[in-house]
Amino acid sequence: MNELAEIISQNEGQIRAEWIRDMGSSVQRADLIGKDELEEQCRSLLSAIVTGIRTSGPGDLTAAGWSSTREFLQEISASRARQGFSPADVATFVLSLKRPIFSLIRREMASSQEKLFEAIWTVTELLDRLALITSEAFMAAREELISRQQEELLELSTPVVKLWDGILALPIIGTLDSARTQVVMENLLQTVVATNSKYAIIDITGVPTVDTLVAQHLLKTITAARLMGAECIISGVRPQIAQTIVHLGINLEDVITKAKLSDAFALALQRSGRKVVRESGAPVSPISGLFAKREE
Amino acid sequence: MERIPVLRMGSLLLITIQVDMHDKLALQLQDDVTERISEWGSTGVLIDISSLEIVDSFIGRMLANIAAMSRVLGADTVVVGMQPAVAITLVELGMSLPGVRTALSVEAGMELLFAALPGTQSGSGHERSEA
Amino acid sequence: MSVLKREQLPLKNSNDIVLARQKVRQWSVDLRFSLVDQTKLVTAASELARNALDHGKGGQMTIELLSNGSKAGLQLIFEDQGPGIPDVEQALKDGFTSGSGMGLGLGGSKRLVNEFSIESEVGRGTRITVARWR
Repeated sequence: MNELAEIISQNEGQIRAEWIRDMGSSVQRADLIGKDELEEQCRSLLSAIVTGIRTSGPGDLTAAGWSSTREFLQEISASRARQGFSPADVATFVLSLKRPIFSLIRREMASSQEKLFEAIWTVTELLDRLALITSEAFMAAREELISRQQEELLELSTPVVKLWDGILALPIIGTLDSARTQVVMENLLQTVVATNSKYAIIDITGVPTVDTLVAQHLLKTITAARLMGAECIISGVRPQIAQTIVHLGINLEDVITKAKLSDAFALALQRSGRKVVRESGAPVSPISGLFAKREE
Repeated sequence: MERIPVLRMGSLLLITIQVDMHDKLALQLQDDVTERISEWGSTGVLIDISSLEIVDSFIGRMLANIAAMSRVLGADTVVVGMQPAVAITLVELGMSLPGVRTALSVEAGMELLFAALPGTQSGSGHERSEA
Repeated sequence: MSVLKREQLPLKNSNDIVLARQKVRQWSVDLRFSLVDQTKLVTAASELARNALDHGKGGQMTIELLSNGSKAGLQLIFEDQGPGIPDVEQALKDGFTSGSGMGLGLGGSKRLVNEFSIESEVGRGTRITVARWR
């Protein structure tokens, strides 16, 4: 097998040139990977393969001699996944090495059919396995990307808004499951600390149903906030939700609840010693006298 | 032997816990607080735990004990600066520290303690900031 | 499921509890757990280490780095040769507050981890295994 390694290493440049040519533009993606970088990656992979064959033989890819090859493949595979290559492109990157190496072996080993067949079979198996490693690494990277995006989506979907100095609002839209509640809770509490806000209004107008589990999650959030020195007010309690809560026997004795966010805001203002006052002498709109004024 | 320092600020005691306490240190703190209250006639105790990354049931009980003992001696206690991760964990553990008042910051904590003093002007405990 | 790394710490005095906490914190940070998950695991370790010391009359903690192919986690095993727990179910229900029952707070610790198992025999000792996955 050392002969194989020798042949590859001695003709490295030629193999590389044919390889890149055979890859095709969809695998090269000159817009994503610069020409020099691609050449470098090909050189590194070829050299790693040669080392692998020399150190541990071409059969066992889990052996130590192949660890740097595996790592290299995982790395470029993950980076291509992030860049948006397709899984086929990434596997083809490795598989298109076959033809240049086969041509080479056919030239060099033309004398012995036995050796030729042996070598072709070895290279086929080797490159197939390397392609599999590459594909698996690609999948793993894609999955990690997706789960990270899901996390970010979770965070974005429940922004914490500052209503006033020391008063935060957290409008929740959609269902609250265990995972989401954790994120929401951490986010709220961290914002409480960062903005030094004593009052946090959790608005559940957009929460379709409140069952015992959701109520438990909310209660945990409220208790944690209280432990830190902040108070939570729940607002946006719809009539149906109020009924459900009583029906389920959920104990909200210690919790302040309000039907509307504006009521909750007014309460928070009052509790923090503030008042909203209309200034006398403020310009009055000419048509304001036409409509009945309803002060809230 | 190492101890957590208990500082005096007028009628208040100020304690900042910054180390990962072992049990003996925690018990020593309990003793020190009660002694100082008696010695100096303090009416308020402020415990700053903003540096504590872990509050387990032992520390939780210590805080509750300090609050209870101080009350018997005529002083109010406020615990300030609990980190979010700590609060979340304590709730999960099932400890809600009843009887322990809390505040977000040392400043807020002091306002609470001053408001509780008899005969002070800001007895309503409201924050004085511009709306 | 394979154990990639393992270490054992004695739990013989209250300082050992601090060391156990720090060790668990260290490994959690290395495993890049979120801050909240770190805090939960270290707090659980503190509770269980203290139990092994106070109730179990001393023992040891084994910490293991686990890998399940796709995910990684930490497993902690608390063992003692103490009096054991006669009614495990009851112990899991107990709270912390007034020292009613055994005050072991096992129920609380259970909520802080993903996996929790307990074996105990009166007169022989107790073994509690907990794990948290990333």
